[in-house]
Amino acid sequence: MAVAEFEVPTLTEYTVVPKINPGAMANIKSFVSPQGPQEYLGYPWVLGDDWKERAIDKMGDLLSKYRSLRVFMDACVHCGACTDKCHYFLGTADPNNMPVARQDLMRKVYRRYFTLPGKIAPWLVGAEDLTEDTLNQWYTYYHQCSECRRCSVYCPYGIDTAEVTMAGREILNHVGMGQKYSNEILVKVQKIGNNLGLPGPALEDTLLGLEEDIEADTGVAVKMPLDVEGAEIMLVTPSADFFSEPHVESLIGYAKVFHAAGVSWTLSSKASEAGNFGLFNGSYETMQKVAMRIRDAALELGCKRIIVGECGHAWRVAYSFWNTLTGVGYGGNDPFSKKLQDQLDHRYPQPMHICEYTWDLIQNDVLKFDKSLNDGRVITFHDSCNVARGSRMGDEPGGQFIIPRNIIKAVANNFHDMSADTIGEGTFCCGGGGGLLTDDLIEVRVKGALPRMNAYNSVVQGNQVNFLALICAICKAQFTKVFPYYGFDRGQVGGVHQLVSTAIKLD
Amino acid sequence: MTSLTVIFTGLLYFATIILIVGIAYRIYEYSRTPAPLVIPTTPAPTSNSGVAMRMAREVVLFESLFKSNKWIWLFGWLFHVGLALVLMRHIRYFQEPVWFWVEFIQPFGKYASFMMVAGLAGLWARRFLVDRVRYISTPSDHLMLALLLAIGISGALMTFVAHTDIVALKAFALGLVVFDFHPVPEDPLLLIHLGLVALLMIIFPISKLLHAPGIFFSPTRNQKDDPRTTRHIAPWAAAMERDKA
Repeated sequence: MAVAEFEVPTLTEYTVVPKINPGAMANIKSFVSPQGPQEYLGYPWVLGDDWKERAIDKMGDLLSKYRSLRVFMDACVHCGACTDKCHYFLGTADPNNMPVARQDLMRKVYRRYFTLPGKIAPWLVGAEDLTEDTLNQWYTYYHQCSECRRCSVYCPYGIDTAEVTMAGREILNHVGMGQKYSNEILVKVQKIGNNLGLPGPALEDTLLGLEEDIEADTGVAVKMPLDVEGAEIMLVTPSADFFSEPHVESLIGYAKVFHAAGVSWTLSSKASEAGNFGLFNGSYETMQKVAMRIRDAALELGCKRIIVGECGHAWRVAYSFWNTLTGVGYGGNDPFSKKLQDQLDHRYPQPMHICEYTWDLIQNDVLKFDKSLNDGRVITFHDSCNVARGSRMGDEPGGQFIIPRNIIKAVANNFHDMSADTIGEGTFCCGGGGGLLTDDLIEVRVKGALPRMNAYNSVVQGNQVNFLALICAICKAQFTKVFPYYGFDRGQVGGVHQLVSTAIKLD
Repeated sequence: MTSLTVIFTGLLYFATIILIVGIAYRIYEYSRTPAPLVIPTTPAPTSNSGVAMRMAREVVLFESLFKSNKWIWLFGWLFHVGLALVLMRHIRYFQEPVWFWVEFIQPFGKYASFMMVAGLAGLWARRFLVDRVRYISTPSDHLMLALLLAIGISGALMTFVAHTDIVALKAFALGLVVFDFHPVPEDPLLLIHLGLVALLMIIFPISKLLHAPGIFFSPTRNQKDDPRTTRHIAPWAAAMERDKA
């Protein structure tokens, strides 16, 4: 299937809330997962005769297991506060991309099968039978949500559409309608060790090549160790860092930071992926299986600290869920948790974000920089959605906004923030998160990037900004792809540790 | 007792039982359903007192709604605060002697009905005027506003225009509390008012009015940001872990 031509939105000074255009994105459908990945993940791959029962049963199961879903299905009053908050609605005008309408695709079925008014007077409360049409609508619109949680900031009851999207995708998987892109990745990460399917020997080659490059470039023998037992730090980073541009520049940055700090560190071929697409699918079990590789690798290598590289959703899973899923963290009193806790260095939070690590070193004057080396860049910073609204850095709430900016200001002279309502907790998603980073959804991605592109364009015009600093592998890949659609040079996209890498002094 | 009194006495008891049992059941359901993962919308408080403050700001000031949309916030807040004052004022009908603070808010409570009605009117207008809100509105959304507005207007009319027999009403209401039944005053406006209130109480536990208990159980608002130092694990997840081990 050739990707259809579409109109790229025009940049405006502020993002204007569009008039609704029903059905504008109704025909978008990302590729459905074939038998292979579905079978591997334990899901069917065709709609069986019993699909409807399976769907309703699964919904009931999720309603009994997740308080979020249970409460969110009941609590919405249709006030409209979220209707202009989703970047996909702002970019496409399709009313089903308004968070409340996206939720209602599920809520109408919930009301029909699980509530009294929906059973006796469906027409009154907007309840509807579950049909194949509904299922197709779910597939379409639950793959036009990046689970970025921006709507949850503005909802008076904190209703988080990401939870509904995850439930929707989980139900779709259980009736045989998984998404090819995410599910293939979930197979690769479990079979090979990372989302890109890069086997151990290839990873080793890549790292050796990078070591040579750094030495040729700086004259300093900065190492990128792999599978070193007894190393103090294990770095877990998105596999895109190993060979995608501009991701790899940040990997070089982390290596230089570790080198300058003089610590022993290692990457792991088993845990050569920080990303965890189990989050996107909403499957606790899958997410746990994928996360267990990190625990297993930490135990095998005997590391004292676990540090996570620049990756948004990975950091949400690591910060918020690793302790629950795999015991990476503190506070667990069970043998499973204690086994790992006994090994970890309790002077440090576990897991730790690479930005927390670098910022600590900067504050302790361990790292030295020549800021002028970044003078060719006028930098702005994009808060990645999962870091901004699903995690933290440092000791204080909001540290996830302050620490990356502090690092940038410590290594570069020119920094300008984008408009206040497009950063921090109100940050706009890049448009490619949550399992949408696939070419079959390029129209959704380009249009969904509009609010961020408008905000970026404003600082490009007003402050001569020429560099968008990121701490997320998906953001980096997404912006590299969509920048040209909006007339920007993809070379303006890069990582925070790319800036660190440029300015750091090595001996 | 007239049949009218029997009907209204029965209706109000029935509605009260449905309201209390229904909401208690919902609260039981919500509290029994586990929250397996830590999902507060961050930045989030790191302590219990911080969470209590966040929740208080949400419930009293509608903090998130204020960030979101000033019009909805204004109308929504006017309505809810108006309703709260009106409800507190109504306590006087169910007690003798009347608490001091209930006496004190009496004048505010009377005029609060205007806040309530104005807020509701604003919220309803948005359902027609804003295309996005029009799109998401269901018949029940409109009927709910109509119901609340009818309750507010019928109440305000009795306070400010066509006074009902307040002494007889109090005898009736107090009688419900102490099981010493008195006739319901046969004022059509009052009967409409009471009937609609009973209807509202009955549909509360099966409607979107569940946002009232719901917000207290919303994990994005009631959870602490402490996952690196506390291991959260739901019973079903712990069972799964044990099964595997």
